[in-house]
Order: sequence, then structure tokens, then C-alpha cells
Amino acid sequence: MDPSDRLRSCFIETFELAPDVDVEALHYQGIDGWDSVGHMKLIAALETTFDIIIDTQDVLDMNSFNMAKEILRKHDVSI
Amino acid sequence: MTSASDTACPVCLITGATRGIGFATAEVFAKRGYAIVVNGHQDSTAVEQVAEDITSRFGVPTLGVTADAGDPDSVQACHRAVFSRFKRLDVLVNNAGILGDGLIGMIGVNQVDRVLAVNVRGALLHLQSAARLMERRKTGAIVNVTSIMGICGAAGATLYAASKAAIVGMTLSAAKELGRKGIRVNAVAPGMITTEMLAGLPAEIRSQRLSAIPLGHFGAPVDVAEVIAFLASPQAAYVNGQILGIDGGMTIW
Repeated sequence: MDPSDRLRSCFIETFELAPDVDVEALHYQGIDGWDSVGHMKLIAALETTFDIIIDTQDVLDMNSFNMAKEILRKHDVSI
Repeated sequence: MTSASDTACPVCLITGATRGIGFATAEVFAKRGYAIVVNGHQDSTAVEQVAEDITSRFGVPTLGVTADAGDPDSVQACHRAVFSRFKRLDVLVNNAGILGDGLIGMIGVNQVDRVLAVNVRGALLHLQSAARLMERRKTGAIVNVTSIMGICGAAGATLYAASKAAIVGMTLSAAKELGRKGIRVNAVAPGMITTEMLAGLPAEIRSQRLSAIPLGHFGAPVDVAEVIAFLASPQAAYVNGQILGIDGGMTIW
């Protein structure tokens, strides 16, 4: 699975979304489940999937799917 | 640092591990077969020497990390180093702290900022980063080091006591939040322990403190270290959100 699909899967599995969801439209607190508790689950999923440690400021800044992409790029994930 | 198979044994990060209670704690966990992350804030040579000493005497993997608890970037770098080397963290001993005593009228703003930055913010950031590493395996133990001062207070120790009281609140809250994720959080509250901190007290104060200890002697760092190791062990698997005094029954005024 390429990194984009792995990122997409993290969102879908964490928030139990339909497989065809438009992930690019997702925003923090814009869907059920993406609250502070869900956010920490998402961070854990991303860290495990990509084997990285996300800085605290990036945890706080990650408020959309696209922002998640940007942050992963900082960790040399080709996405 | 060793090149041993690093992830085979549990990993314990001890802040302020180059001396006193932190050093004794590193020895106790190493005896129990943990890989030890030795953190100190000032002297990288001392940090590396302690790490090498622990490896040579106990045969466990070690990692020396020079990082100042008062510097948020430094704390994050510390945990990145742990992740990079071991990919796991089983125990955090949040021990680093500075004294900062003085009469109320003599406490400066800079002193307040420094003591709270190290003793409170630093401990919180270590706890935060450690919890994220532990969550991956849905297990872990955090032991915070507060003080009898943080529970009972003491004249001339308002700032230090305030910082250590914050650790009590932090421990109780984190235990409630992280317990659901399989991470236990407890604290020890040492009384008068024979460290450099105690040695720095005037003789009159030391004598006064000694007279308030029913057991009749000061504690040793290893007395605290053994209790920390117990709280992190499977024998304390159902202990969460507790502040355990290690003070010889001392009363303080």
C-alpha cells in the first residue's frame, strides 16, 4: 500500500468512515469522532503506521487530512 | 551505549539520573534487567559516564541523553532519541527537579519561572511524550517524584513545595486519563534523603528535620529507588493514582 493509501486508511479506520469518504474534506471537529480523544487515536495510528514520533506542536496543528500530509512530509514520508 | 539487542528488554527512562535518587533508581532498574535511558541536563560527559557505568556493572543496554527538562524542545528530542534507539518505553521515572528554596519575600520572578519550568512543565512534557510511546503497546508505568514538601509544605520552601504539589495534581489527573489506556501513574513523596539537596541545608535545619523523623535517620536514595521500582513493577499492577510517602514517618512544619 502506498503512503497516501496508508494515510487514508488511518483516517477511515480511526473514525470508522465509509471507504469512499472524501478524506480531503475532513476537518478536526467536522465529523463525529474527530474530537480530542479521536485526535489522539489518529495520532497514535499515524505514528504506528509510519513509525514516527510527531512533535507536540504538529499534533496540535494537525486539523485536516491535508495538514496530516504536510506533517508526514516533514518525516520524509513521500506523500 | 551498547549494541546489545535493544528491544528485547523493557526500557526505563529516568530523568535526573546522574546522581542522588535518579542514579540509585537507574541502578535498581538495571539490576532488574531493564534497558536504561540515563537523562541528565548539564554535563553530557557525566551522562555518558553513568550510562557506561550502568552497562559495565549490570550488562544492560543504556542510552545517555543530555536534555534539560526546562527546555521543551530538549524534552521532545529526548523522547525521539528513545524511540529511535529502542522503539518502546515501558517506564518513565520523572525525577529531574531543582530546589529553589527561599523565604517568600526573597523569591524572584526568574526563580519562579525556572523552578516551575523544570519541576512542573518539564515533568508534564516528559509525561506527555512518554504516554504517547507507551500507548502504542497499551501498557506502561510512570512514577513521578514529588516531595513531602508538596504535601505538607515547609517554611522557606513555598516555591519548591508549590512545584511539588503540582506534581501531586498531575499524577492524580494523569492516572485517571491514562489508566484507561493501560498506563499507570503514581508518585513517590520522599522525605529527607541523603542527597546533595539535603547536604546543602544548614546544620541547624538538618538537625531540626532529623528530630521530626520517628525512624531516627535520614533515608538513602536506594530507599526511594526500591519503592519507585515496586510501583513500576507487575507487583503493583493494580496501583494507580497513588502518592506514596517515603519519609520514615516524618512530620514537617
